[in-house]
Amino acid sequence: MPAVQETVERVKSIDVDQYKYGFETKIEVEKAPKGLDESTVRFISAKKNEPEWMLEWRLEAFRRWKTMQEPEWARVHYQKIDYQDLYYYAAPKKQAGPKSLDELDPEILETYKKLGIPLQEQEILAGVAEENRVYSKVAVDAVFDSVSVVTTFKEELKKAGVLFMSISEAIREHPELVKKYLGSVVPVTDNFFATLNSAVFSDGSFVYVPKGVRCPMELSTYFRINEKQTGQFERTLIIADEGAYVSYLEGCTAPSRDENQLHAAVVELVALDNAEIKYSTVQNWYPGDAQGKGGVYNFVTKRGDCRGNGSKISWTQVETGSAITWKYPSCILRGDNSQGEFYSIAISNGHQQVDSGTKMIHLGKNTSSRIISKGIAAGVSQNTYRGQVSAHRKATNARNFTNCDSLLIGDKCGAHTTPYIEAKSSSAVFEHEATTSKISDDMLFYCRQRGLSAEEAVALVVNGFVKDVLQHLPMEFAVEAQKLIAISLEGSVG
Amino acid sequence: MALLEVKDLHARVEEKEILRGLNLTINPGEVHAIMGPNGSGKSTLSYVLAGKDDYEVTGGSATLDGEDLLELEPDERAAKGLFLAFQYPIEIPGVASMTFLRTAVNSVRKKRGEEELSTPDFLRLVRERAKELNIKDDMLKRPVNVGFSGGEKKRNEILQMALLEPKMCVLDETDSGLDIDALKIVADGVNRLRAKNRGFLVITHYQRLLDHIVPDVVHVMARGKIVRTGGPELAHELEAKGYAGYENAA
Ligand SMILES: Nc1ncnc2c1ncn2[C@@H]1O[C@H](COP(=O)(O)OP(=O)(O)OP(=O)(O)O)[C@@H](O)[C@H]1O
Ligand SMILES: [Mg+2]
Repeated sequence: MPAVQETVERVKSIDVDQYKYGFETKIEVEKAPKGLDESTVRFISAKKNEPEWMLEWRLEAFRRWKTMQEPEWARVHYQKIDYQDLYYYAAPKKQAGPKSLDELDPEILETYKKLGIPLQEQEILAGVAEENRVYSKVAVDAVFDSVSVVTTFKEELKKAGVLFMSISEAIREHPELVKKYLGSVVPVTDNFFATLNSAVFSDGSFVYVPKGVRCPMELSTYFRINEKQTGQFERTLIIADEGAYVSYLEGCTAPSRDENQLHAAVVELVALDNAEIKYSTVQNWYPGDAQGKGGVYNFVTKRGDCRGNGSKISWTQVETGSAITWKYPSCILRGDNSQGEFYSIAISNGHQQVDSGTKMIHLGKNTSSRIISKGIAAGVSQNTYRGQVSAHRKATNARNFTNCDSLLIGDKCGAHTTPYIEAKSSSAVFEHEATTSKISDDMLFYCRQRGLSAEEAVALVVNGFVKDVLQHLPMEFAVEAQKLIAISLEGSVG
Repeated sequence: MALLEVKDLHARVEEKEILRGLNLTINPGEVHAIMGPNGSGKSTLSYVLAGKDDYEVTGGSATLDGEDLLELEPDERAAKGLFLAFQYPIEIPGVASMTFLRTAVNSVRKKRGEEELSTPDFLRLVRERAKELNIKDDMLKRPVNVGFSGGEKKRNEILQMALLEPKMCVLDETDSGLDIDALKIVADGVNRLRAKNRGFLVITHYQRLLDHIVPDVVHVMARGKIVRTGGPELAHELEAKGYAGYENAA
């Protein structure tokens, strides 16, 4: 059988066992009643002891959402979501909010351990060099279904003046910051999913790095959907004040379920004068089984605002999971001399559908942006890059470089590139490069004749293909991401 | 025992029978040349031996060191010591030649139950072999075969052969596309690898390669089988008279 044919056959036989995060944690939970109306919004707000202004904010979003239509322009197909057939809030019963590690439900602690996420505040990782990897401390905010269960290294961060906590906590403890910045990058009315999120978001992370502070460690959040039929609507807000720097990473997994789970997050980044935010994602939600049953619907709005002059926001994403990914981390280059970057690896296998890319909106003078996108499609998946680069009339000397490459494994998958380019400033220079290549039978045979197994051959070619992006991940996660890429393409060749 | 033993081999591709009862025996230490008209099935033979998909064996046998080759996966055949220098080497974008060589050498070593080479040992070895073939460092940093000239691709094949230390080397028109100096370099590279336990099957259209790599046995292949076998003088005869008469011989 030709290798590519075999590829397709093997992909068909991928089963959920390959998704090693597919286990479920048995704990008691408290849920909001199924369905969505004003009372659901009030329920969530009350559960979180939110101030009145927050409730009003949510209710306004909810009213707005009821008038909106689900978008249909993306190249993804799925059965209509019944928004009344979902739970919008689920929290482990033993605890309502983040606690210290000793108080954490052991079952949950065990879950994160299984996921390989360091919730212990131990120093073992500090300063250990191995294979040129320098480990450093990583502070983690762990979000389980609708609530943040623990945040590590809080005290140490506080000493540096960095606020890192769940968004629920921030709403209570730092209302002035939340009021000022929440919804300032992604307005409540931005789009169907963002508006829904604004109404029902349950938890997520909040980061504030004060003026001139370089955050002393990597920050990360691990999201875990556990409950059945429960949507996860997290909200992340990161603010880097003047001259501040922070590197943040999010990871996500979900158990294997027959039915689809909805995930609609909003992430807002604000970089003030000369501040820099580096935001990395390793997205590994459950992708569904061999027949395309189950899997997470991942509809995410991520946007960064380079509000200050000389500011910089950099998005790096490794997208391997989800049945459907709808995601366009973007940069608004408002400040003069600000910079935006987007580095992406998006892998689709089996029946996965990916529609992802970025928007670079040049508003300030001398702004520059860089887009490197690597899409890999295997199985019967569809992988679309959708990007927009635009320069406002006043954005003199705007610069963009876009490189967007697709790699096909087998001949039943598809890769599509949809760039929109719009320059209203005559001094704008936008460059766009795109290629599509294929791991052909001949290439596989050549590698195998040199002693590589089929999987080694694919891994070699894929690693070569993605290396320009991988190098932008924090060192601690690059190796993990490389492994993840190999796993998600397992069985993609015979 | 013969190193490579092919008996009454039949193979087809896309329903078309290409190899039609081919017999060939190569003993350790021997160099055999195969010549024959375009389309006679020379490359097909090399692909069937190496285990390419789409080439269906419909009869006969092929053994390496007495072991059935046809049952093995392509990478297992490589590990057992079969090497094919491709007539048209394949480009692998994004993968540095050095990385490719290292992955190949270590995969083969692992399958042979040998230790992987350390990075410094490997680099030393590659530099040495590359130098012998006049391959520059810069080429090793570039993606495998991408943008290589025809001659560079062929030299790169010989470099891979030298590093993988195969038992049985099949060279498919390694001389085509080489200028006179490169031909000499490649031939010297092959000659350096000649050893009493190693066999070569050199597919070529031209006597000039055989001036440098002097074969022990020369075969003429036509319409999917060996139709004549002789000594080095047979190649001279073909050079003078061409394949007239062989087309119909099968
Ligand atoms: N994949 C294929 N599909 C169809 N026909 C094929 C295929 N591969 C080879 N053939 C045919 O098989 C015959 C033998 O081809 P092969 O490449 O083995 O010849 P060759 O002796 O190596 O020729 P040359 O001297 O030109 O390299 C040719 O007629 C060729 O067209
Ligand atoms: Mg040929």
